[in-house]
Amino acid sequence: MNFLIGGIMKNAEFKARLLEPDDIRRAVTRIAHEIIERNKGAQNLAIVGVHTRGIPLAARIAQKIVELEGVQVPNGKLDITLYRDDLSEVGLQPIVRQTEVPFDISSRRIVMVDDVFYTGRTARAGLDALIDLGRPSSIQLAVLIDRGHRELPIRADYVGKNIPTSRQEIVKVKLLETDGEDAVELYELRGEVLG
Amino acid sequence: MKHLLDFQGWSKGSLENVLETAKVMSDVLDRPVKKVPALQGFTICNVFFENSTRTRLSFELAARRMSADVLTFTSATSSTTKGESLQDTISTLEQMRVDCFIVRHGASGAAHSVNKFTKAKVVNAGDGRRAHPTQALLDAFTLQQRFGSLEGLEIAIVGDVRHSRVARSNAELLPKLGAKVRLCAPATLLPRELEADGVTLTTNLKEAVSGAHAVMALRLQLERMNTGYLPSLEEYRATYQVNSKTMKHARENALIMHPGPMNRDLEIEGDLADHNKSVILEQVRNGVPVRMAVLYHLLVGKS
Repeated sequence: MNFLIGGIMKNAEFKARLLEPDDIRRAVTRIAHEIIERNKGAQNLAIVGVHTRGIPLAARIAQKIVELEGVQVPNGKLDITLYRDDLSEVGLQPIVRQTEVPFDISSRRIVMVDDVFYTGRTARAGLDALIDLGRPSSIQLAVLIDRGHRELPIRADYVGKNIPTSRQEIVKVKLLETDGEDAVELYELRGEVLG
Repeated sequence: MKHLLDFQGWSKGSLENVLETAKVMSDVLDRPVKKVPALQGFTICNVFFENSTRTRLSFELAARRMSADVLTFTSATSSTTKGESLQDTISTLEQMRVDCFIVRHGASGAAHSVNKFTKAKVVNAGDGRRAHPTQALLDAFTLQQRFGSLEGLEIAIVGDVRHSRVARSNAELLPKLGAKVRLCAPATLLPRELEADGVTLTTNLKEAVSGAHAVMALRLQLERMNTGYLPSLEEYRATYQVNSKTMKHARENALIMHPGPMNRDLEIEGDLADHNKSVILEQVRNGVPVRMAVLYHLLVGKS
């Protein structure tokens, strides 16, 4: 399978399937429970997903909280492209997507959701992007997978699964909404795809 | 991309991507914090050899809204008045680590020359009568905002087509995005070579405007008028002015456009410019997000 990494197409070989659909469902449920517990309910809470796969995850967590607490939880979409610190991560043509946070984030507790926590740079950019929208009372971070290799003093508050990886590996999260199936897979980088 | 001199080398997909980005930039400008760090650390230099207020300010603001540093160079106050050549001017500025030049010049092809002199990115902000690509992009963006898509739109562009870089850039861009362009002017101001795929020419105003989704009036460039192109301004006004009578032939909700600056009651009826179908001020507003998108794509994308 080929992956676009830092604007360069690279080939990687399948190694293992890490999570099945049921595992993902359980992880989402557990994160929803932990969010409610930590925040003593769902009042004043809002969930914001980071493009691309943070968005369906955020929607699932918000839905789960509604089921558990009977409280509507607004959810939004965040694109962090304009806040990146590493422009080499941008491809040949930058794709900037719409940020849609259709509620006032000021004085709310915001849970930012992403699929994979790796270096922490996306989370850092996400924090800046959120703070430009207003002044939330707190920001927490939920991720489906924490794969290690943090480069910044930022850590996730809620983790679906910790998966120690090497930097030569790729963690691929697939979601029904974006990829047609729920799964988490591990790949090993081979090299650049020429042409 | 290395440059935006005209639309050569820009695919339909990449142009649509720029317009999509402009939409995001436009959202940014609606927020309380109208600024993103996207171009932090980049230096952008406006190099203006021709008077311009709105384009220069629009580019300057676009760069600042993305946290770039901006220098502005206008020829009136510079060494060019001491005889320095364009090439030397650009080389000098490049040594100061400029990442992108935004060039406005009275001579057609000037931006191309600048592009040859420098490794920095170059945006054409209007060169002679040749091209003014960001104006065409903001026109396309304005149309897209109003109609959803440019596919199948019919756009009439009326006025001094011969001397208009806006007309040329729109005739190049809009058909790429699926619209049909009708250029309309007196025969002396309507160069035949502009006829192309998706671009038709006519000297008949009614024919140009019939069924149009938008009518764009071009500024009559009075400073270029003493050379026998027109018998008289009176006659031009009587035959080619875009006014409420003209608009009756267009579609019911047709938009009224003008790239500015306007000669009110000459190429466009003054009241029409303030009509609720007029998007002239919207065009100005859209200039900033569109230029943000262009600068972002040039500086952050790989060439």
